[in-house]
Amino acid sequence: MLIDFNSEKPIYLQLAEAIEDNILKGIFEEETQIVSTTEISVKYKINPATAGKGVNVLVDEGILYKKRGLGMFVSAGAKEKILEKRRNSFYKEYVQSLLEEAAKLSISKEDIIKMIVGGNGIEDNSDKGSK
Amino acid sequence: MKTIQIKGVSKVYGYTKALDKVDITIESDRIYGLLGRNGAGKTTLLNLMTNRIFPTEGEILIDGETVFENDRVLGNIFYMTEKNLYPEDERVRNIYKWIKEFYPSFDVEYAKDLSERFGLDTKKRVKSLSTGYTSIFKAVAALASNADILLLDEPVLGLDANHRDMFYKELISNYSESPKTIIISTHLIEEVASIIEEAIIIKEGKLVLKQSVEELLSGAYMVSGEASKVDKYIQGRKCIGIDSIGSFKSATVLEAVNNKDEALAEELELEFGKAELQKLFISLTT
Repeated sequence: MLIDFNSEKPIYLQLAEAIEDNILKGIFEEETQIVSTTEISVKYKINPATAGKGVNVLVDEGILYKKRGLGMFVSAGAKEKILEKRRNSFYKEYVQSLLEEAAKLSISKEDIIKMIVGGNGIEDNSDKGSK
Repeated sequence: MKTIQIKGVSKVYGYTKALDKVDITIESDRIYGLLGRNGAGKTTLLNLMTNRIFPTEGEILIDGETVFENDRVLGNIFYMTEKNLYPEDERVRNIYKWIKEFYPSFDVEYAKDLSERFGLDTKKRVKSLSTGYTSIFKAVAALASNADILLLDEPVLGLDANHRDMFYKELISNYSESPKTIIISTHLIEEVASIIEEAIIIKEGKLVLKQSVEELLSGAYMVSGEASKVDKYIQGRKCIGIDSIGSFKSATVLEAVNNKDEALAEELELEFGKAELQKLFISLTT
């Protein structure tokens, strides 16, 4: 888990995403306990209220749940929930920004598709040109 | 006993007004940062809260009771001062025992354990400690005091990066285990920015603001890029901390983060970033 203190994104949201990443990667498995908010706040030197806020975002979304007196657990089906949520925002977060950056560099949509299909699309083009 | 109310407090020394009608309510079990430039009145405020000096006007209440000559209330506040007030010729381990006389819930074992972790030799006499170890010794005493309220005046003075890291982590873990009201007065603003929940900023004896750090930071953002384009973007906007290196410029815009003009920034090829607490602090106190 990495938190970037210079990022525009509030720390609690970064923390929530970092926990989600760990669930997706299988580091935190479903129906198992995750590290406590105290451990998180100590490790990253963040106020426990901030850490709690990040964890609560995931509790509200049903990704984590509290077991009284024991701690935080990953819900059954959490991975699927995260996948669905991330797939829904994939176009906006990745595709749109990819297209914007490409437009700045005058890379065409065709070139992008070539890159996706066969590695570095631009180099391929220049190779063809020199032949 | 953890809530502190500072009501209309002023402190006058001769012709200087060190504090001028300050009203602050410190809520229970939160970590506050008391920030201000040199001579702003931070230490005066802490001294008043612990009845070391008396207000010229106004009063300070802890859970509704005055701190004025109130030993029961004062016994629940541990004040880590910037100056060393412990007997110079005494050994550290003896001072731990001595503190226990005044703070019955002082945890001697925890103090010894912390000293060991920080590499503080408790057989040493206070006067033979370096600046860094004097701070460590005082910080250990504060952490082990088990008081409901901790007032920490420049707690990391002279500490190396590793010891500062250890101190902040121990402070958070101590606070998580037994919540208490903590006020940290420091000049190292960025270091405590993520640790404190609220910032109290004072300037020339007056309260400038008391606000949650998250709120404070979400009321501003940074914008950077080519100088003339940044100038174009910030025209007509309230800005602080304008910095330039060559033809690169950055500025902190004092507007809510959701007010930023993404379309214009896109057109001008500018980048957005997070506002720094330190920059906001500088603009608020100069």
